[in-house]
Amino acid sequence: MTSSRRDFLKIAGASALTLVTPTIFLPAWAKDVIVIPPGQSLAPVKSPAARRWAMAVDLTKCAADCNDCIAACHAIHNVPAFGNSKDEIKWIWKESFASVFPGETHAYSGEKLQKLRPPVFCNHCENPPCVRVCPTRATFRRSDGIVMMDYHRCIGCRLCMAACPYGARSMNYRDPRPFISNIHSDFPTRTKGVVEKCNFCEERLAKGMLPACVEACRQKALVFGDADDPRSEIRRLLKTRFSLQRRAHLGTGPQIYYWL
Amino acid sequence: MLEKALHGSLRYWIWIAGLILVFCAGFFFYLRQLDYGLGITGMSRDVSWGLYIAQFTFLVGVAASAVMLVLPYYLHDYKAFGKITVLGEFLAVAAVAMCILFVFVDLGRPARVMNVLLHPQPASILFWDMVVLSGYLLINLLTGWVILSCTKKEIPPPSWIKPVIYLSIPWAISIHTVTAFIYAGLPGRSFWLTAILAPRFLASAFASGPALLILVCLILKRWGRFDAGEKAIQALAKIVAYALAVSLFFVGVELFTVFYSQIPEHMHHFQYLFAGLEGRHNLVAWMWTFAVLSIAAFVMLILPGVRRKAGWLALACAAVFVSLWIEKGLGLVITGFIPSPLGTITEYHPTGPEIMITLGVWAAGFLLLTVFYKIFVHVRGGREGSPCEPAVDETIH
Repeated sequence: MTSSRRDFLKIAGASALTLVTPTIFLPAWAKDVIVIPPGQSLAPVKSPAARRWAMAVDLTKCAADCNDCIAACHAIHNVPAFGNSKDEIKWIWKESFASVFPGETHAYSGEKLQKLRPPVFCNHCENPPCVRVCPTRATFRRSDGIVMMDYHRCIGCRLCMAACPYGARSMNYRDPRPFISNIHSDFPTRTKGVVEKCNFCEERLAKGMLPACVEACRQKALVFGDADDPRSEIRRLLKTRFSLQRRAHLGTGPQIYYWL
Repeated sequence: MLEKALHGSLRYWIWIAGLILVFCAGFFFYLRQLDYGLGITGMSRDVSWGLYIAQFTFLVGVAASAVMLVLPYYLHDYKAFGKITVLGEFLAVAAVAMCILFVFVDLGRPARVMNVLLHPQPASILFWDMVVLSGYLLINLLTGWVILSCTKKEIPPPSWIKPVIYLSIPWAISIHTVTAFIYAGLPGRSFWLTAILAPRFLASAFASGPALLILVCLILKRWGRFDAGEKAIQALAKIVAYALAVSLFFVGVELFTVFYSQIPEHMHHFQYLFAGLEGRHNLVAWMWTFAVLSIAAFVMLILPGVRRKAGWLALACAAVFVSLWIEKGLGLVITGFIPSPLGTITEYHPTGPEIMITLGVWAAGFLLLTVFYKIFVHVRGGREGSPCEPAVDETIH
């Protein structure tokens, strides 16, 4: 037996190092990092080459008792149904006209206005406060105007929820998966502890499809398009019809327009 | 010096055991929260911050208040505070440690907390808050420890510590200003959207922090074999009185602006706080308790005859601490969410686990504080030749 104590220590040290190495290069907090397969990219998809995605809601067509857009959106995006308002997650929902447009109604507003139930979404703001306040850049604005969420980076501090003047953001207060009736495999489910919201169906836009809510609307009350393109339908209609934006005086530049 | 915290009376150990017990209970419920998610708390989609962030906000103020000792002593050579500046610095350390813990337990995905440093966003106030709070923790730990070590060795503090102490003064202002900016810069929350929020935070901080210090000094005088000196305590009491006056004045200024302008968006929050809105009045009793306690404390503190009696002073300081905890640690954060941007009134009720986790963090903070103060009293007592100091001398080590 010629191997000395020193040799033994060398071998032991080297083996110990191999145990430690993976944790140095892959610490616990890095395990969430997703690997992007070759040929794919998380960068803004250029397919329909829009510069400013926007949506308009025609409230003269939108039926107060219809929830088709909500059902379509929540089904394809794996939005859970907890059955209580405390943990509730919603990407699209409907509110009274007075709640959506505070200050736009008065004592003599007609019944027609009071009966309206405008759908509300993330406004994909030109100047989004949520993006400004996020401490990790987990929420960010793409060059085509879509305000996105990185569910793998979000730390769940909920500062974006405090910052959003539209109440558009929801927190996963608990594991959402058991509360999704039919998991749609084309879209990721979320984990507990992260914030989520409407993403303007960027995954469908990438394939050249319209957002699910627009497609699901039987009244054709939702118009979606590139507001930066002078020839687009939405741009043409925005020019001719008077429209409202939610709390536009806050300077957020909301990109959801409402026609009365 | 840490070994000094290991010698104590039975009462000391009962206190320590109690704190550890509360901390463990909190930790147990934190594990439950980790497993279930933040849904275990009373926070909701509409009221997305609750007790945790409220405690954080209040304690940043307690931490910042150390400057009320450091500034008079180091900038104006106010000798009476010489003995107790270290107490202020250690209070700051314990308070900042609690702040960091409260933010941490509030995170939905705590394992990712380092994302704030890995993917920094300089536009985010929360990022800056993390920077200034960690800095403040280090500065106070360093200065407190160095000064106390020098006291123990009976040598003057090294000259390099002076600039660090001077730095701690503006830094203390910065931590509470940055914390106020987290709230004051949000476009849709009219309750917080006020330029006076940072000054208001600072004023209430300079009342609540020194009030706690007076209570600690009175406790140490009675049971801890350390006398801060009547002059120092009375000077602190005057600081509390003035800061409380400014703090109440700022609340009044806020109420005037909101109710004279009659802008509904701004009024609703204050109506909810002091009168209730649409039949919801969870915080009304709390806020009137704040009003009564703070005004009563103010009266007690401005009357010299009352202020000089230890019992009354303790009562007044407890009233200041509790009332400002209600105002800042409860009313200010939760009411920002009520009503919601869509005008919905969702009330907030903290749950049992949430309260236990909160108490657990407080217990951790008080544990730190007790250990620091125990060391402080031993070092101070030893230096002043207190008979209670154990006979173990430095020369033996």
